[in-house]
Amino acid sequence: MTRLTYHAPKIRGQEGAKTLRQEFGAFISLWLRPSLPWLGVSIFLSLFFFYPLARILWLGLNFASLSGIGISSLRLTFDVLLFTLYQAFLSSLLTLLIGLPAAYLFARFDFRGKSLLRLLTAIPFMLPTVVVAAGFNALLGPRGWINLGLMRLFGLESPPIVFVYTLWAILLAHVFYNTTIVIRVVGNALAHLDPRLEQAARLLGADKWRAFWRVTLPLLRPPILVAALLVFLFDFTSFGVILLLGGPRFATLEVEIYIQAIRVFNLPLAAVLSLIQLLCTLVFSILYSRVVTRVVVTTAPRAAASNLRRVRSWREKLFVGGMLLLLLALFLLPMASLPLRSVARLESARGERAAVSFGLTGDYYAELFVNRFGSLFYVPPFEALANSLIYAVVTVLLSLALGFPVASALARPGRLERFLDPFLMLPLGASAVTLGLGFIITFNRPLLTGHLSLITSPLLVPLAHTIIALPFVIRSLQPALASIPDCLRQAAATLGASPLRAWFTVDWPIVSRATLAAAIFAFTVSLGEFGATSLVSRPEYPTLPIAIYRFLSQPGGLNYGQAMAMATILMVVTGMGILLIERLRLPGTGEF
Amino acid sequence: MKNFFFLTILVTLVLAACAPEGPATLTVMTHDSFAVSADVVMAFEQANNVKVTFIKSGDAGEALNKAIFSKDAPLADIFYGVDNTFLSRALEAGIYESYASPLLANIPTEFQLDPQHRALPVDYGDVCINYDKAYFTDHNLAVPQLLEDLTRPEYKGLLVVENPATSSPGLAFLLATVKHFGADGYLDYWRSLRANGVVVVDGWETAYYTNFSASSGHGPQPMVVSYASSPAAEVVYAETQLTESPTASILGPDTCFRQIEFVGISAGTQKRALAEKFVDFILGVLFQEDMPLQMFMSPVNLNANLPEAFVKYAPAAEQPAAISPDLIAANRDRWIANWMEVVLR
Repeated sequence: MTRLTYHAPKIRGQEGAKTLRQEFGAFISLWLRPSLPWLGVSIFLSLFFFYPLARILWLGLNFASLSGIGISSLRLTFDVLLFTLYQAFLSSLLTLLIGLPAAYLFARFDFRGKSLLRLLTAIPFMLPTVVVAAGFNALLGPRGWINLGLMRLFGLESPPIVFVYTLWAILLAHVFYNTTIVIRVVGNALAHLDPRLEQAARLLGADKWRAFWRVTLPLLRPPILVAALLVFLFDFTSFGVILLLGGPRFATLEVEIYIQAIRVFNLPLAAVLSLIQLLCTLVFSILYSRVVTRVVVTTAPRAAASNLRRVRSWREKLFVGGMLLLLLALFLLPMASLPLRSVARLESARGERAAVSFGLTGDYYAELFVNRFGSLFYVPPFEALANSLIYAVVTVLLSLALGFPVASALARPGRLERFLDPFLMLPLGASAVTLGLGFIITFNRPLLTGHLSLITSPLLVPLAHTIIALPFVIRSLQPALASIPDCLRQAAATLGASPLRAWFTVDWPIVSRATLAAAIFAFTVSLGEFGATSLVSRPEYPTLPIAIYRFLSQPGGLNYGQAMAMATILMVVTGMGILLIERLRLPGTGEF
Repeated sequence: MKNFFFLTILVTLVLAACAPEGPATLTVMTHDSFAVSADVVMAFEQANNVKVTFIKSGDAGEALNKAIFSKDAPLADIFYGVDNTFLSRALEAGIYESYASPLLANIPTEFQLDPQHRALPVDYGDVCINYDKAYFTDHNLAVPQLLEDLTRPEYKGLLVVENPATSSPGLAFLLATVKHFGADGYLDYWRSLRANGVVVVDGWETAYYTNFSASSGHGPQPMVVSYASSPAAEVVYAETQLTESPTASILGPDTCFRQIEFVGISAGTQKRALAEKFVDFILGVLFQEDMPLQMFMSPVNLNANLPEAFVKYAPAAEQPAAISPDLIAANRDRWIANWMEVVLR
């Protein structure tokens, strides 16, 4: 099944002189129509991403001449770049190692508690790093359960496992955060793969493994590449995980940009580092799109249910059981400490700190509703929750509205698409600090009238979230759209369906699942985002992550407990949000 | 769906065009840690028929840089929250215009670091080492009194500090050691601290809630670089009513660094008269007495009474370390870079 390449419709003009009208028609079909799907995204990204970014980089590079960057800065830049690539490579490898079997598990097997387990893997993606670091510390830190248990068991003096502030902590946290990307992108594709291809290979004498290696895996290459690229870029621009779990001995480009731009105020160096990070992102995106255009294969997607089966042989049982254990250990254990701490009062007997007694309490939740000192910036939990949800819904709608046309265009790429494609990934490579400063110098002047400048508008938060969510939305829609064979549409057209009707009966059922996946991505990106939000949000409308950080910035047991209670609320509500989106039966989608 | 985007833009523009003509607004730019009681702000709003809006833009460093970047068209009429470790950067960038508030008469001159009164002192906090009282009594260990004590073997691995490159209290503590041991001697001190197992983390949240043994995190280190006011916060925000704080500060000579925060009128503001009134209000007793329990910083106005929790649990350092802002500005980055070389590499 080779795919048909898309050509702009040929002009059916007569030979010889063309009329003005034909010229105009040619212009429209050659240039205007192909660029139409790009209109929204181009305007949006130019205005809210490329322009502010260009301004701040230009300012940084002009601020002082580049002579301010000496040999030592060059060495620093090189070291940081090397470490950034190194940890991102290792993290992505590990994430794929765990994510691919997990994707297989979810796409092929039916077992009890499956949707709950899938939900469990999705929640980390929107948890703020401070909270995740607290979770990992409660589990694996020097006074975590595991170390305390081992110390008591073997009568050790010091904790046997050194986890926090090692490279392993960074890698594990990255796996914890990003496995859901692999599960969502690859699992979604795997679930809808036409099982007849594998069956045909089996009929022709290939054994199970051979059929998998020669048929299924090659078909999955585009989604695997998409997932790998997204995971890699997320690890590549990692900030909070590096600071909180890696400690001060490790620095990625993103961390160094923050230090140089904010603390040291060395803007030229910060600009150079930002440029390097952007360039790397661009190079990876170009590499990706080169590979992916070569390997796209269209298939007739199937309903997910037709690929599902119950666990039968002992081998399958071993696989499913092992994966369940692994996923539970990886996801449930670090997260469990948050809800636990939100209802438990830790009372260590004086002196014997290892022996900690628990007392159950609802105080932290009750305290959330109390504005103890009448603070102007106090926000009741439901209001923070409402803010978060409103921002998330606007982000989902905005990023789908902008991403859909582009993803459709990318599914049958012309010259324009091939050129613009890599640039779509750039927002993932821009540092929040750089972009935040870019926003300030670009939008600090009032918009139109003197009353409202965009920089103080609450609208800025969903706009910033959309910039980050857009690459996810486009990349998760694109493979699904590209997988639809043209012959189906042609068949519909032959049977007399209008283009719109054909789209609704052919494309939409296949695309709707991917739309849900994209919506969940946008939803979770928005709910968990902290870096950009803290720079642009209005103090009257804080999001849940912002509220969590507020509690953690002051000493006192109540503040800590409230942060954990807030984090638990974030987990529960976003979990319910994801379930709700997954359960949505979009109209006309049948069993897809 | 695409229409939705345009609709949103349209709505914004319409809202922008017909924002109601209410009372004048005064905009205050500050950092994430800023807090104030609602009725205190309301008192100012009612007295002056004005609406006060706050913009918070990230941590103290981020907020300052945003103020500097937007100084040609300032977003706010007031900028609150540059401290003495970054004061010179703000003054050099010219984000403030001078205002010699009459209330400066009630503020000790040692706080008034800018003789031209562009930046006016508004609050201060001593960055000190907090210790876990129970740990020291239970281990029959004497509490260290001097910076030098911390290199002794009995305190091996008991102290957690913040990285001065990413944290304000971390930088403040580094400056205290520079003041005490001199620019030539502080690195040797840090070498011995490193040999004695000092733990370095990225920021205050991690140091306090993950590593410090007396916080809710129940971490491994019984000493942490925090604020002299933190013991008071531990009582005020205790889970059960306490009569004694579980922590206290080491208040020896030069063991604390005094962080002073400043407020000022943004250069080029259109609302100079209102801004002056607001600065007077911020330096006045009402705000100054409200601030301790909101931000856990101490008031600079001598007429402001401290809340009981502060008097009881948060005594200020008697001989805090001090370095002039100019000296800090000239050497800060080099001191940090050398520190990283010695302590982290």
